Amino acid sequence: MKKEIIRLENVSFDYGDHRVLEDINLNVFDKDFLGIIGPNGGGKSTLLKLILGLLKPTEGNILLFDKPPNEGRKYVGYVPQYTLVDRNFPINVEEVILSGRISHTDFLRRYSKNDRIISDKVMDIMGISNLRKIQIGKLSGGQLQRVLIARALSTDPKLLLLDEPTSNIDVQAETDFYDFLQELSEKMAIILVTHDTGAISSQVKTIACINKTLHYHGEKNIPPKVFEKLYGCPIELIGHGIPHRVLKEHDD
Amino acid sequence: MVFEYAFFQNSLMAGVLAAVACGIIGSYVVVKRLVFISGGISHAAFGGIGLGLFLGFNPLLMAVIFSVFSSSILGIISKKAYQREDTLIGAMWAIGMAFGIFMIYQTPGYVPDLSSYLFGNILTVSRSDILIMFSLNIIIGIIVFTRYNEFLAFSFDEEFSEVTNVPVMKTYIILLSLVALTVVVLVSVVGIILAMALLTLPAATASLFTNTLKKMIAVSLIIGVIYMILGIGLSFLLDQPSGATIVLVSGVTYLSLLGIKSLITKS
Repeated sequence: MKKEIIRLENVSFDYGDHRVLEDINLNVFDKDFLGIIGPNGGGKSTLLKLILGLLKPTEGNILLFDKPPNEGRKYVGYVPQYTLVDRNFPINVEEVILSGRISHTDFLRRYSKNDRIISDKVMDIMGISNLRKIQIGKLSGGQLQRVLIARALSTDPKLLLLDEPTSNIDVQAETDFYDFLQELSEKMAIILVTHDTGAISSQVKTIACINKTLHYHGEKNIPPKVFEKLYGCPIELIGHGIPHRVLKEHDD
Repeated sequence: MVFEYAFFQNSLMAGVLAAVACGIIGSYVVVKRLVFISGGISHAAFGGIGLGLFLGFNPLLMAVIFSVFSSSILGIISKKAYQREDTLIGAMWAIGMAFGIFMIYQTPGYVPDLSSYLFGNILTVSRSDILIMFSLNIIIGIIVFTRYNEFLAFSFDEEFSEVTNVPVMKTYIILLSLVALTVVVLVSVVGIILAMALLTLPAATASLFTNTLKKMIAVSLIIGVIYMILGIGLSFLLDQPSGATIVLVSGVTYLSLLGIKSLITKS
């Protein structure tokens, strides 16, 4: 039996009088690779914020690594949407990645030799060592994405949480990206959240659909009816549930 | 020569001390986009000056206490209010200002010229003011030096730093309190109303040439000193009000450099 790392029990959340999430139940286990899809405004970001303890549920209970979210989140590597990053900020790649080590620093908040070794290692893994002194505004979208993943990995996580990781990334980069996640999922659990149904590749093991309520699907084959219910209209399911290579042949 | 007079030396010293505080804290105000909330803090500081005058207590010291207190309230409001945080900041802004005027009006006997607090009067800077400004700079310097990486992580990505358990509320309130201290350093040089200009212009100028926060702070400190010396020098030579001259020199230089830079990057 795999270890349970996330448990949501009857979780609801209201913004003012507006109910954003209703009666969510979700269990995630060690080394799971879960895709959560849903339309914009469907409560995806709210769900992430609840899991990370940035918001408190109106009703229900959340456990993260058997702890309340604000304690359990130290095991989570969070990768926010890179499109929301302030690219004018005067910070270079190395400084961004080191900031993932901030909770390990001394009382003067200085990074140790060990922190620097770890940041070098994750830059190596993500193939961005040559960019270390570059200001983040000069990076491409894909490069910035790698920087944010490197920062998350530098926290030495047991769960990687990615918010809209493939928006505006080209198809080739996206394919490489999923191959990389696939490799990574042998070492840690991964949850990725997106509104883009085409983005859920065949490598994602399980899928949950969210639009105020959450439907968990054990495997990837979701009947189109479910999507119609989610998005309120029939949508095109490009490559959904089909091995990714078929999509690539199609593109060529 | 004017340089031999004690008041001129005091003025220059005050200008340099103000430039140091602005260079450090102004950089955070610019990169973390705290301009509006800093406006609220600086105007609320006027409440402290009024209260100080009324109680017969040093107005600058009272402004320190008052503005640190009000910046903590502003910080909590802006994080906890789900909506209309700008309205609440605007309300604090106006209430602080009004409270200051009200208290000064209640003060019996001689009351110093209001405009020297609103627009600054560098000629009236006293030795004790300089001592206060110097101490505040030391406090600002020590806190930023010992919290540098935490402030950087927090300013760059607040949400991520909260996930990595940086105490974001505490960090935010400390940062706003440092803005409050900087405003007090600026009061006697450019006044409450023009403080905003020096919190933003040197740092904004520095941001045109730098790509890390450390460099931005260093460069904006130097630029701040240049703005101050040019502004104070010009105001003496032309016999114009010091605060307004400093701000005009800074503003015109920043806008010109911004224009030149965008022309260069386009071509």
